[in-house]
Amino acid sequence: MQVKILYFASLREALGCAGETVELPPGVGDVGGLRKFLQARGEAWQAPLGRGNLRFAVNQRMAGLEAPIGAGDEVAFFPPVTGG
Amino acid sequence: MSGAAVIVQSEDFDPGREAEALVAGRRDVGAIATFVGLVRDANEGSGVAAMTLEHYPGMTEAALEEIVADAHKRWPLQGVRVIHRFGRLEAGARIVFVAVASAHRGAAFAACEFIMDFLKTRAPFWKKEETGEGSRWVDAREADDEAAARWHPS
Repeated sequence: MQVKILYFASLREALGCAGETVELPPGVGDVGGLRKFLQARGEAWQAPLGRGNLRFAVNQRMAGLEAPIGAGDEVAFFPPVTGG
Repeated sequence: MSGAAVIVQSEDFDPGREAEALVAGRRDVGAIATFVGLVRDANEGSGVAAMTLEHYPGMTEAALEEIVADAHKRWPLQGVRVIHRFGRLEAGARIVFVAVASAHRGAAFAACEFIMDFLKTRAPFWKKEETGEGSRWVDAREADDEAAARWHPS
């Protein structure tokens, strides 16, 4: 099951990555599970994706850690917004 | 000028023309409330020469359209226009425009403020400032969350 992942703003810079497509292992079915899976890949991912104030979107709508994800979904991780 | 309620663009806009376009050919509008947000030349004790606005194309438009739809549900509005710029903007430049047309001023004022409050907390934009000490991402302000929260429950 593949999902498209996007990172924005200070998180994008901290990771040195604007986005990626990943194959999810069985058992990862929500945003929180995806975050843990991505963090476990190494130190460079652990702290930036562990920030307490991160926001999430699934298919371009704000979502919580419990939001389900499935094949083909677009999941975004970003800091609190500062527009206007 | 397009007729869409929500526009996300790098180019500047003309607030007067946008407000007039909102009510062109209509005689039932009694009030237009507008808001224009600008790049301020100082923030958190540092001078700001310019800022770069990053956004999430696709989600940005969807989020703004949802905020406008929520405003329509709460007040009798005859027209709404939201323009938000992205890219590099120098101090003094216009960032955002909101215009709301209604029969009476109360709805126009309230809806304009409602749209800005939710734009600040829901629309996926991020500002990076250029200061004398280098570039820095702007931190979200608790006051913005509080401003949006006072509109609940809808």
